Amino acid sequence: MESILVLTHTATSDEISGEPGSVLTRASLEVVTAGIQLSARLKATLTIGIVGNAEAADTLASVEAKLLAVSGMAFAQPRYASDAAACEALSRAANATIVLAPDSSRFARVMAGVAHRVGGVIDTHITAVGGTDHVEVTRWFYRQRVEAVLSRDARPWFLLLDAGTHAAFTGAAGSAIVEQISVELPAMRTTVKGIRAPKQDAQTIRPDAKMLFVAGAGWTKKQPDGQTHVDEAGKLILGFLRVAGASLGSSKSLVDQGGEGASVLPFLTHLNQIGQTGATPRHAKGLSTCCHGEEPHVVGWRFIGERRAISLDPNCGWTRGKADVVYVADAFQVMSRVNALLDEKKL
Amino acid sequence: MKFALHIVVCAGIVPDPLQTLEPTSGPNGPGLKNEMVLPSVLDPWAASALYEAANLAAKNPASKVWLVSLGPKAKLQQVMMTVAQKASFELVAVDGPIGGFPDAHSTAAVLADAIVALPGLDRERMLLCGGWESATRGAGVTLQLIGERLGITDQFQGVDQIDLLDDGSFEVLERVEGGRHQVSVCAGGPAVLGWATGNLAEPRNNPQVGMANMRTIMPALQKAKAATLEANGLRYVSASLPRQQRVTRVEKNMSADEIALELVEWIGAE
Repeated sequence: MESILVLTHTATSDEISGEPGSVLTRASLEVVTAGIQLSARLKATLTIGIVGNAEAADTLASVEAKLLAVSGMAFAQPRYASDAAACEALSRAANATIVLAPDSSRFARVMAGVAHRVGGVIDTHITAVGGTDHVEVTRWFYRQRVEAVLSRDARPWFLLLDAGTHAAFTGAAGSAIVEQISVELPAMRTTVKGIRAPKQDAQTIRPDAKMLFVAGAGWTKKQPDGQTHVDEAGKLILGFLRVAGASLGSSKSLVDQGGEGASVLPFLTHLNQIGQTGATPRHAKGLSTCCHGEEPHVVGWRFIGERRAISLDPNCGWTRGKADVVYVADAFQVMSRVNALLDEKKL
Repeated sequence: MKFALHIVVCAGIVPDPLQTLEPTSGPNGPGLKNEMVLPSVLDPWAASALYEAANLAAKNPASKVWLVSLGPKAKLQQVMMTVAQKASFELVAVDGPIGGFPDAHSTAAVLADAIVALPGLDRERMLLCGGWESATRGAGVTLQLIGERLGITDQFQGVDQIDLLDDGSFEVLERVEGGRHQVSVCAGGPAVLGWATGNLAEPRNNPQVGMANMRTIMPALQKAKAATLEANGLRYVSASLPRQQRVTRVEKNMSADEIALELVEWIGAE
């Protein structure tokens, strides 16, 4: 019979007080939902482990599960040595056969190491957990180009669930009983200094946005007047992000232009890159502009719901079943009008 | 102050991203149709790791870069013809299966054994590099598992930059959610660095570097040990292409105003 451990973590520390955040991350709450569903289906026992701040357990008071926590200043910030030790201790304490955890940057950094330490196996980027009397999981291979369903005999089996694949748990908060698990930490050789982020008004990556806006290399190419209009392109793109609240993605070719000395959009970095060597974000809608829609880029659109594209090339990749609508048009003209219309609506 | 670095880069080979992939089923589980004849390239994020490693080594005299790669010898030879011209390294080849479907734990065990056997490697100051995820399995676990097998407890994933400091420590930037970086300072090697894109452009081909590398690449390929990868109880129920093929409406004759109106309506719709 299976037993399930859901590993969660609180948000990283408050930069002013240095204390670990007291709320579970959204991705953690999504995995709580997955754990509740799986334990009900398999009639398995459920344990929830918290790394960071035990106070967060109160939000799980309504869950029929044993609650464990590793908390303290050492676990305020994500760091391999401390997080791996914490997750190892929780895993050993729970002695579960299946361990579910969010595929967050914090847990993705450590969980394979934890699985190795407790003699288990791991699979990551899980998008669905199925099976009736046993567990089968779905994940993608070859950068979202081949979808596979797999199972394992080995236990414990660690599964990192992609964000956005389950609804976040919501339940009545209360006073939860939490068992504190002690951890013997090795000597720390790494010090976390903090987070480096673009200024608030320059933050173009918004994972929670409904809309993904992708800028392709065409924005920096010569226009019908024989000149490039990079400044204007930048204003149009940032203007759209502002009025639509969209997240900005880019094709690799546009980002790479910066490394090759060409004139590029200054707010774009490799972090904006979508596709084979970039991100695979989840947004309800996506609008591609000045991008060819070639496969290495489009694999990053696997989890984008509705897709539209503006391209001057009527034979671009988007027209071959990769977008719902393709407008063969000049993105400079279209986006300038779109921005004006959205501005009018906001007034 | 300069420090001689011992950098081990783990990098696999993957089908060229422009190739059409079709999964097939075989006696050992799923694979790709015509996998052995598909053109291959060095795994893109691992390639970033190699270029960053070569750049670090070039700035620190007496440093050395090993490139440890698992794959069929013939495919490795084909890919190395190109890679060898871009960065200086010593190849350590392991002759084994290709693709994303073998078990990552077995892959990590084979690669860890190959690293342990490297003559002249000072594991106490080793920087173990690779891509944070591959373009095949894309699990982001192999490098971490190798690190654990080698007893390395300072690990960083999604690395975009490291800066060596005067005391031998280094500052590292890792990608975290929301387009941000976590900044950490590590006391020095040994450490695991799973690279994302980094900041370097792909180096131009340098025939002189290629010639120097090829002197060691061919012998390394000839003496590559054969490795088999255990399944570890991993079973595939199915492997298939996504069924989703959209019916695309292509609008060639709409004015910019008409398109803008339609887009604004679409953006506002729930």
